[in-house]
Amino acid sequence: MTTSTKTAKIDRLAELTAQNETTSGASLWREAFRRLKTNKMAIIGAAIIAVFIVMAIVGPWLAPHSATALTWKSEVLVNQGKFVDSPRGGNWFGLDHLGRDTFSRFLIGARQTLLVGVVSMLIGLIVGAVIGAASGAAATLGGRLGQKIDTVIMRVVDMMLALPSLLLAVSIAAVMGQSLTTVMIAVGVVQIPIFARLLRGSMLAQGSKDYVLAAQSLGIRKRRIVVTNILPNSLSPVIVQATLSLATAIIEAAALSYLGLGNPDPAVPEWGVMLSQAQRFFEHAPMMAVYPAVGIIITALGFTLLGEAMREALDPKLRG
Amino acid sequence: MLRLVIRRLLQLIPTLLGLSVLLFLWLNRLPGGPASAILGERATEADVARINRALGLDQPVYVQYWRFLKRIAELDLGTSTQTGQPVWDEFTLRFPATVELSIAAMIIAVVVGVPLGYLAARKRGGWLDVASVSGSLVGICIPVFFLAMILRGIFSVELGIFPSYGRLSTGIDATSVTGLATLDGILTGEFDATWDAIMHLILPAITLASIPLAVIVRMTRASVLEVVGEDYIRTAVSKGLEQKVVRGRHILRNALLPVITAIGLLTGSLLSGAVLTESVFTFGGIGSFIRTAIDARDYPVLVGFIMFIAMIYVLINLLVDLAYSLIDPRVRVH
Amino acid sequence: MALLSVDELTVTFGARGRESKAVDGVSFDVDQGQVVGLVGESGCGKSVTSLALMGLLPDKGVKLGGRADFDGNNLLTMSRRELRDMRGSQMAMIFQDPLSSLNPVVPIGIQVTEILQRHRGLKGEAARKEAAHLLDRVGIPDPARRLKEYPHQLSGGMRQRALIAMAVACAPRLLIADEPTTALDVTIQAQILELLKELVDEEGTALLMITHDLGVVAGLCDQVNVLYAGKVVESADRHELFAHPMHPYAHGLLESIPRLDAPRGEPLKPIRGSINDRIAWAEGCAFAPRCDYYTMECLTGTPALTEPAAAGHQVRCVNPVREPVEIATLDAGDATVTAHGGKNA
Repeated sequence: MTTSTKTAKIDRLAELTAQNETTSGASLWREAFRRLKTNKMAIIGAAIIAVFIVMAIVGPWLAPHSATALTWKSEVLVNQGKFVDSPRGGNWFGLDHLGRDTFSRFLIGARQTLLVGVVSMLIGLIVGAVIGAASGAAATLGGRLGQKIDTVIMRVVDMMLALPSLLLAVSIAAVMGQSLTTVMIAVGVVQIPIFARLLRGSMLAQGSKDYVLAAQSLGIRKRRIVVTNILPNSLSPVIVQATLSLATAIIEAAALSYLGLGNPDPAVPEWGVMLSQAQRFFEHAPMMAVYPAVGIIITALGFTLLGEAMREALDPKLRG
Repeated sequence: MLRLVIRRLLQLIPTLLGLSVLLFLWLNRLPGGPASAILGERATEADVARINRALGLDQPVYVQYWRFLKRIAELDLGTSTQTGQPVWDEFTLRFPATVELSIAAMIIAVVVGVPLGYLAARKRGGWLDVASVSGSLVGICIPVFFLAMILRGIFSVELGIFPSYGRLSTGIDATSVTGLATLDGILTGEFDATWDAIMHLILPAITLASIPLAVIVRMTRASVLEVVGEDYIRTAVSKGLEQKVVRGRHILRNALLPVITAIGLLTGSLLSGAVLTESVFTFGGIGSFIRTAIDARDYPVLVGFIMFIAMIYVLINLLVDLAYSLIDPRVRVH
Repeated sequence: MALLSVDELTVTFGARGRESKAVDGVSFDVDQGQVVGLVGESGCGKSVTSLALMGLLPDKGVKLGGRADFDGNNLLTMSRRELRDMRGSQMAMIFQDPLSSLNPVVPIGIQVTEILQRHRGLKGEAARKEAAHLLDRVGIPDPARRLKEYPHQLSGGMRQRALIAMAVACAPRLLIADEPTTALDVTIQAQILELLKELVDEEGTALLMITHDLGVVAGLCDQVNVLYAGKVVESADRHELFAHPMHPYAHGLLESIPRLDAPRGEPLKPIRGSINDRIAWAEGCAFAPRCDYYTMECLTGTPALTEPAAAGHQVRCVNPVREPVEIATLDAGDATVTAHGGKNA
């Protein structure tokens, strides 16, 4: 029997037996997308994300001033508690503690913030997915060796989960020193066990479905089923988690910045760093902290809304 | 029951052992090794060699690991480079404050979160539901330290309702018994101290509660919605039971099972949050101490803290498992 | 006067504009001590009917019409409080899946005593004693121990017995059983049916039996109502129905039962299509698309219920079937083996 007819056979079987998870992954997503389009949460989330991405791309060119220009240095007297943190004239968001234009820094900072979020999410996703897939495949293929591999991997993953995420990130950052790369790696590593567990769990759930047994009874090797069916069908929760992780990553990166581990380079402002710099002056110039903080909150909200809406749309139980 | 406890405790051993290996490797991977961490970056090679010998770092790795393990088993986590005191002593001194804060936060999260989630589910689509769902989404998205700054700025600095830092006001003479300031006041009859401690506790606890509260509201809501549709709820209604019996015995009892598990998982994020919260409110617990340790690159404290937290975390999860098995008879059997 | 008299009951789901009628004008009576069957395939509206009678349908998105008089009081217009007092004491229900119908985290004992406490005011030791007595009565051995156990510790048959114990705890006048044996093994099914029969005979309880299984009907029911697409299409007493099914659907149902004495190789006779292949009752007979006998006459409005042959044998069909069904093994007179229903004496 040729490979293609075999594959077609599995697909057909999956179609017939998977009662709730209608057919293959593709139509599951098409169905989910149809429902996402009518979901208010999803639309708001997607709109926020779109604005944020546009800002990250064109922000640095739109910024009226440079991120480092200490243009209004003389107007801010930190020692005397004199700040300009509210909008005025050409400075829509006021000035920061060094007399720089907060609005410009906010626009320019969007790119770094997005970069931190995306890169750390990708680190977590890629490494986590590889670990999870290995573990899930080992467990599904079974055998004493497979079970053993799965157990060992999961023990390590559980250990990583046992550590408070922030502390794990802090210790990584402490070893690697203070830089943007450090923050991204630290936040990314924290996400690894989450993705790994999720993908493994999802694969095990798929592996126990009837279509796997049916395909096996047709003489199709289990290894093949894992690659062509189980793995693709297990990816949807991972993709949902990736969306949610972007929110967590941006928030955690801000926390790391607050703990003094963020990017020290003043030329590449980032919202988390801006917020942590503003905290010292919070009593005198609260708005200086509010702008980057609101940026972080709204962006995180956008990713969370979209992620939650996706989760709902993909949940077979909620499908009407 | 006892067998379950013992089995679970035994299961912890490999986890903690593995963790210790990770930490040991991490310690050895420090830039320049512990010696330069202690001596700073400008240490001479002779100094480094001397320190390495003193710390036993010239010996084979497995010997070093064995000693590392033995020290942890003896609760010897080394000496803080900031204070020169044993790390373990520093922790035990500050731990009660963090425990008090965490318990207060968890109480707020559970006491507010469970009823709110339940009501939101019962009135699905109503204003309370919309408000609590959006509120919990925002709660998850606000950086903890920013929330702390805002609350402190408004309620302490501007309005002056709550004290803005510390655990007790200066001038309050409190006797320490348990280390939990609120409890000590009650035990010793110093009620003014208890009141003062509570006032100090409120804002940090609310801050720290924000994330667990948001998670518990959402979990309870989702869980109640699921349970309400179960067949056994229909059975209970078909028996003509009073609504309070249907709600309490049949809906809530089942709906709270996943919430209890979540509470265990939330402890980890609670301890992370404590580092941030305590540092904004200068609360004087382990969190504040870790914040300064991070600044000072105080590695023995950081390593000790991770080991310490990991132990607490697994212990709490053990307790949650046991609690779970008390409520859910299906777990008890196997 | 009948204990329960259902008259033109309609149940409509969904918001305005996209409504669908799950029950479309169902009428039947249940007399004191009578066993009445409501038969049909899934989706015909039989379960919805039972839930509507018990007031267990959600408030939102459901519209009820018609009447359902229990002892002269319309169940459909009763207040929640009145209904709560009725449920469990005057009328009780047994559900299909005993495992999911029992609360997994509450001991059986409490699930039995709570109903005794609610309707009979029994508390503490008295309630426990009565609960043990009830379990014993429905045939659960070692009731004192079982009271402390949880649903997952019981076998499927035991669970259904426990549910029956709860249902009969307050000696209700009407018992509604919604496919009580579907989720059980064949041998257990027979035991449960035997138990129900016994309880009904002893107490004089009326039983509304909802099932798709003609074996159950043959063994238990006095009067049978066959439902199709939300309407009663045939109503007769058991003997009459099994001997002379007149509606093509009822006829087809009986003929589709595989016969043990059929010659080897003789094909089975299923009804073709599914309940989804139907037309609106307003247009004609909903069964027409699956019917072998339909004519143009069947497609002109709802057929009326008539009594073309015997008195009391109602059928909603323009061209009723006149030929009897050959069912050698299914003797309408007593409850014996049917290959399909798996009913053992």
